[in-house]
Order: sequence, then C-alpha cells, then structure tokens
Amino acid sequence: MLERLQREFGVTDINELKPGLTSLKVASDKTETLIRELRDREGYTHLNFMTVIDYIEDGIFTIVYMLHNYDNKDTLSIHVDIGRDGEDMVSIHHLWAQAWTYQRELREAYGIRFPGSPRLDEDFVLEGWDQIPPMRREFDTKKFSEERFGHREGRSSEEPREHMKVKLYPNRGGDEQ
Amino acid sequence: MKHSTGHSASLDFAQPEPLDLSSGKYVKLWQGPQHPGITGNMSLELTLCGDEIVECKTHVGYLHRAFEKLMERRTYIQNFTVVCRIAVPEPTFNEYLYAQAIEELSGIEVPERAVWLRTLNLELMRLASFLMWIGGLSGAFGQYTVPNWTLAHRDYVLDLFEEMTGARIYHMYIVPGGVRAGLPDGFEQRAREIMDSTEKLLVQIERVMFNNTVFKTRSKGLGIITPDMVDPYGIVGPNARACGFARDLRKDEPYLAYDQLDFDVVTDNDSDAYSRAYCRLQETRQSISLIRQCLDRAPTDGPFQADMPNVLHWKVPAGETYVKAECTRGEYGYYIVSDGSEYIRRVHVRGPSYTHAIAVMERLAVGTNIADIAGLMVSLHTYPPEIER
Repeated sequence: MLERLQREFGVTDINELKPGLTSLKVASDKTETLIRELRDREGYTHLNFMTVIDYIEDGIFTIVYMLHNYDNKDTLSIHVDIGRDGEDMVSIHHLWAQAWTYQRELREAYGIRFPGSPRLDEDFVLEGWDQIPPMRREFDTKKFSEERFGHREGRSSEEPREHMKVKLYPNRGGDEQ
Repeated sequence: MKHSTGHSASLDFAQPEPLDLSSGKYVKLWQGPQHPGITGNMSLELTLCGDEIVECKTHVGYLHRAFEKLMERRTYIQNFTVVCRIAVPEPTFNEYLYAQAIEELSGIEVPERAVWLRTLNLELMRLASFLMWIGGLSGAFGQYTVPNWTLAHRDYVLDLFEEMTGARIYHMYIVPGGVRAGLPDGFEQRAREIMDSTEKLLVQIERVMFNNTVFKTRSKGLGIITPDMVDPYGIVGPNARACGFARDLRKDEPYLAYDQLDFDVVTDNDSDAYSRAYCRLQETRQSISLIRQCLDRAPTDGPFQADMPNVLHWKVPAGETYVKAECTRGEYGYYIVSDGSEYIRRVHVRGPSYTHAIAVMERLAVGTNIADIAGLMVSLHTYPPEIER
C-alpha cells in the first residue's frame, strides 16, 4: 500500500515508528484525496485526532492527521507541512463528522484557516480572545500572565531545572557533583 | 457483533440550517455550565420549540488551563503534576500514557511487577470512575438513592488508592520506568473485602435502578447511536460497544498485562441510554474480576522501578509516538513529539469526550425532550477537561 501511495500521491518520509504506527508526509494539495483514499479503499475509517506541531524555527506548521484501521490494527500519522504565516489548509469536515471541531480548535489555537469548514470562526475554548493564537510558539504564557494579571505578593516562579537542583542538593548549594 | 462498517454515503453530518429565532416559535435555554446534570463544567446552548430540543451547541472552555501549552514549558518529570489533572475522575490513564510514551521514545523496559501494579491501578481507577458515573446517571433521572451508595463505595476505592499511592485523586503513582511503590502490608486483604462489598452493591443497583420502571421508560430509546454513526463520528468505548461494536483496546491491542487476563468484550445492540448504562454496569463487574485477577497474579517481590537516570538529566530522544489505552469511555491517547531536548516539543491528548460531547451530543440532542437532556448527556459519559486541554 505504501508503495502505491508514494507513486500515486507523492508520499514521502515514510517511517515506521513502531509496529502498527507509521508516519508519512504528503503535500497539502494532495492531502484530501489521500485521506479520502485511505478511508474509503484502505479501511482507515477512524480519525483518532488532528493536531499541529509548530516548527517556528523553520517557519512551518506540521498538521498531523492520525488515522486508524480497525481491521488490521494499523495507524498512520500523516504529516502535512504548511507555511506559518496565513497559509490555508484544505478542510476534511465532509469526511468525518467531528473533523470540523478539530479544525475550529486549530483555527483558534494556531490561526490556521480551513476554508469551508463549518463554524470555523466560532469561539471554541477561549471566549473573547484578542491576542495572537495562544498555541503558537511565540505566544509567551508567562509574559501574558504578568501583563494581564499583575504581580501578586508571595508568588514567584523559578527556572525549573535550576530550582530542582537547589531543592535536591541543598547542602551543596545546588551543585550536583 | 460488528467490527467495521466503513462509511455510509447516506449519513448526513452537515451542520443544520440556521433557525429563524425572530419567529417567536423558539426559546434559547442554557444547560450549564453549573448544573447537577452536567458532566463537569460545560454548557449546552439549547434551542427549544415547546419542550423539544431543535438545536444544540456545546460550549466548553470553563475548565481550560492550557495543559498542552504548559507541558511545553516544563521538564518531563514536572509534567506529572499536570497530566493527572486532564481527566479528574480518571487521572491514572493520563499518568500511564504519558509514562508509556516516554518509555517508548527512550527505550525503557518496565519490570514485570510494575506491569501488574499498573494494570491493578488502572482497573481500580476504572471501578472508581464507573461507580461515580452510575450514581451520576441515576441522579440525572431523578433517583437519588443510588448516587449516595455509589459515591460511598467510590470512597472505599479511593481509600485503596490512598494506601497504594499516598493520594486519593491525583496519584502520580505511575512514573517512567515503573511505579513509585509496591503494595503496602494487608492491602490485598482490604482490597478483596472492598471488591466483595462492591459486587454486592452492584446487585442492589441492578434491582433498584436498572429494573426501575421510571428509569427504564425514560432511558430506553433515548439517544440512539446508529451503527453507521460510529466510524464517521469517531465513537469509541461503551458508546460504540452498546451498538454492537466489539472494540476494546485491552483485547484488540493488548497492553500491560491484559493479554494474560481472562475477560470478554461486553456488547449490546440497543444503543440507547439504557443499553450504554447496562454495558457499563457489566464492565464495572468485569473490572472487579480483573482487579481480583491482578491481586492473584501480581508478583509480590522484585523491582517495581527500572534503573533511571537522574530526573534533572532526562532527555528524551527525538521522535514521535502515539500511545493509547482503553479508559472507561474508550480510546484515550497521548501523541508526543520530542526534539531531543529537556522539554517536550508537542503533546496532544486525545480524549473520547472530544467527539462524544460535541459532534455526537449536538446530533443526539435534537428531538429530545428538555427533561431528558441531562440523562442523555451523562449516558455519553463525557469529561470537559480532556476536550479543552
């Protein structure tokens, strides 16, 4: 099957992550047809989830579609790279009934548009959010909290690793050696 | 029994046309976010025509704490205080999957004793969660005796958790490499006593709740999930098993010690609220059997934790994995991406409520009487924090 997908859909970067879980990459313009093919002809009828990985250093979002085949118990992790800055992604709301919910979430969390996806601009988790989409790497939760909520006496935060060193090795002033 | 139906071309899951709210025929009513018939803090925006629901929209976000974002800023070990909060009544599944994902990416082998202790821990969690759920469903249909019984017995199970892990709710017991401790002295005897009393309780619950005419009349025929909805809507767990799909990850893709345990997948065919409830009652009984089997077979000596590096130096090799387990509501999964640093690159938590509480709920609610909406919602067994993450 994978050879056929390479030939017909230009699938690349095929990588068996563990038995029963394979990742692969496809171009964004082939995504809908590939997923439809997998669902209708190859038995990958279950959409486990959709999510996004933000590679800010490369200027891309990797959209991940996790599809499962109940008959042969195989799962495919389909990766699609799109530009981080305003690039649209094809919608799959017509393929699974819950897909629009994922797309609505990704619109709110990352700012990715899925043209045609129902209720895309309705608030999902964040009612009245007016900042940049919060799951983008450049959104700084600490800075946002400090600006929005102000300083409260008695509360402080530490750099986790250094703080744990001091807690674990108090007699040596945080020196692990 | 069905395994796969593929996709039905005739199934229409397009969004409904907007209603003319100025016509005077409709009333908007919000169910939640604070309501005893709500499973956690979420709300349903209901549009009523008389007392019949003609449109339902699910609203979440009331419990949003940005778990996934927070986890990108904490070291791997620090995230254990975060993951258990993603599904409050079932923290253990989060702990197990998070640990399992790290172990897979790092190539860590878990000792045999820890495998059994993890299985025992997960089944105790399933039992505690089902006990709370049975009480919730009974209460949603106006029967308030059963919740008092089940919540009391859930507390006995929480006593066992306190003995086993030191905590009642957020245990942080399953950690990468194994578990934090073995079983304390006398635990097995006390656990068996609680299993015996809970088993007797379930007989009483079946008599009082499942044979009750009011409960039967109101739950039978309510919220029917048709088989052709299961794959398009991503329906899993008892919600799928109650319409004949014999799918259970403990059987289909066994993990931990489940391939050594004796149990069958519980299914039914009526696919309504009663049928889902009855499936869960049988799975509660099954869970007691699995706990007893774990107590019989779990090794009492040997290591319960693999040799692990200092937590300050954990660096998970670059890679990605998706791990999943059968929680009380079906497939629960963790997708983790590591870039090889001390911090997680991306984590996505896949909870069954994501589709059950939104796409499925919005469809099933239409045509339901307002009095039954709480019962319908609880019958789908949803937890909002795993939607909002």
